Amino acid sequence: MGEKVLMKGNEAIAEAAIRAGCRHYFGYPITPQTEVAAYMSKRMPKIGGTFLQAESEIAAINMVIGVSSTGKRVMTSSSSPGISLKQEGISYLAGCDLPALVVNVERGGPGLGGIQPSQSDYWQATKAGGHGDYHNLVLAPASVQEMAALTIKGFELADKYGMVAMILADGTMGQMMEPVEIDDIEIKTVDKPWALTGTGMKREHNIVNSLYLKPDLLEIKNFERYEKYAAIERDEVMYEEYLMDDAEYCIVAFGISARVAKNAINAARAEGIKVGMLRPITLWPFPKDALLARADQCKAFISVEMSMGQMIEDVELAIKCKKPVYLCNRVGGMIPSPEEVLAKIKEVGGAN
Amino acid sequence: MDVVFKKPHALTDAPLHYCPGCTHGIIHRLVAEVIDELGIEGETIGVASVGCSVMAYDYFNVDFVQAAHGRAPAVATGVKRSDPSKVVFTYQGDGDLAAIGTAETVHSAARRENITVIFVNNAIYGMTGGQMAPTTLPNMVTQTSPYGRNVEAVGYPIKVCELLSEVDGAAYLERVAVNNVANIRKAKAAIKKAFQNQLDGKGFSLVEVVSTCPTNWGLTPAKALEFVETDMLPYYPLGVYKDIYAEGGEK
Ligand SMILES: Cc1ncc(C[n+]2csc(CCOP(=O)(O)OP(=O)(O)O)c2C)c(N)n1
Ligand code: SF4
Repeated sequence: MGEKVLMKGNEAIAEAAIRAGCRHYFGYPITPQTEVAAYMSKRMPKIGGTFLQAESEIAAINMVIGVSSTGKRVMTSSSSPGISLKQEGISYLAGCDLPALVVNVERGGPGLGGIQPSQSDYWQATKAGGHGDYHNLVLAPASVQEMAALTIKGFELADKYGMVAMILADGTMGQMMEPVEIDDIEIKTVDKPWALTGTGMKREHNIVNSLYLKPDLLEIKNFERYEKYAAIERDEVMYEEYLMDDAEYCIVAFGISARVAKNAINAARAEGIKVGMLRPITLWPFPKDALLARADQCKAFISVEMSMGQMIEDVELAIKCKKPVYLCNRVGGMIPSPEEVLAKIKEVGGAN
Repeated sequence: MDVVFKKPHALTDAPLHYCPGCTHGIIHRLVAEVIDELGIEGETIGVASVGCSVMAYDYFNVDFVQAAHGRAPAVATGVKRSDPSKVVFTYQGDGDLAAIGTAETVHSAARRENITVIFVNNAIYGMTGGQMAPTTLPNMVTQTSPYGRNVEAVGYPIKVCELLSEVDGAAYLERVAVNNVANIRKAKAAIKKAFQNQLDGKGFSLVEVVSTCPTNWGLTPAKALEFVETDMLPYYPLGVYKDIYAEGGEK
């Protein structure tokens, strides 16, 4: 077992990536994820890895494509405006069925927005931020320990399914310091016969490509990819339930919002209100079935988010609009307080 | 019977889709001959760009990745950093390399990334049907400069070798043409040198090949070759623009 050390969330991601066997990192400076790059720039040269500060986020994601096409684990990290620039590359990764880890330590938007924490890239992350039909695996950590664990999980899932795994964190998660334990893990390697390693004059040439000029072929490719997505929706959903057994009201929240909501739930319970929480850990695949299973039991749902209400649509769809869903939100870099969430719980309780 | 002319091994049997008289085909052949002669087919990885040559991955017998428009040097950087023992080259048009991908071009040169860049300058966007390129000559008529390129309004062509010669990291820059046999020979020598440089760890080597696009220039193949001589080469003079390892250094 490893020992517990105090680490920032961003550093935990970097260290976990190294433990997961990632030896190639490409990035471009942006607040609030700079510590990932700073950590990598110190460590990579010492372990024979590559740290490269690219000329832009666009270049960085394309360098990621280069490494990934050779079959090795690779990552990039950025924050909202930089993640927007990476979308073309993410779409190419999807179209080439290439694995990679992309970290978004979100800040407020749109535009240059601000540098304080936000969750307003939920749509971009979960609904295919670039062009074309595709998904990313989206993982939402709610502690520094999870920043590390989901980074490792992200690499494994990306390799297993040949696609992008995205860590969707926010400025608080990135900056927060907590004790974390990162074990030396056994790296689960996946066979990659498609990787570009040079033919060695021993096999046919491998081609990593997303271009299919024949529409019937491109259609088949899309259908096949969606079979893979269906398997992921069946097998890889992750969530945590908190005090849901007797809950009459269900909060849905991820990341820092879920931590705030937990405090509010405890306060509400002390006042006799039966409220619980379902915290999605995978935002895609979204825990649809788990939510639907609570739809008859609960009188109402509350989506606590640091956006103008993005995840709330997925909650409504998941429970097939069987019960009302309320929004409790702050945006622009503001974080909801436990008092605000408690007030919302009481308001919803009064109305339902 | 002796075989005196055969297809290079590094080319596949796939029929090239290029228009009649297009010199993309000659350039493919030169690159493949060089790969054969250097004996590097088994360890070469190509990066295809977006343009008429997008399907280069089908034509070369080497591992290939297809990059987004302009991003080939960044993708090549990733491939090379992943395994420096591999020989990595990009094959890019002028729209790809000198417009949308200018930043990737300049910065991979600045990093002296140990890759080989084959830059095909035909002064036009071929694949999309003949729009004005960053390299379109002054007064040249294209689909999006129907009255001729008016440099007052849309600016001047970019001379890539001249531009990159000011970038300290660039190791070797040469402009060649493939409009006649003598020039084709020189072009092959330059391409070979650009690959050999990579094998020797010498860093960023780019060969700009002045090419033709008879289809979108609206010229017969023969006239297109003449146009290279009369119009392209006066604006884009041939020669070595930089060779940091040569005696006497840089031009
Ligand atoms: C991001 C993006 N923008 C535009 C295009 C459309 N496009 C395809 S090929 C091309 C021009 C390529 O011209 P050039 O690089 O000069 O190569 P050529 O076709 O002349 O060989 C363009 C603009 C694209 N595929 N992707
Ligand atoms: S459009 Fe021009 S560049 Fe493209 S294949 Fe035809 S002649 Fe060659």
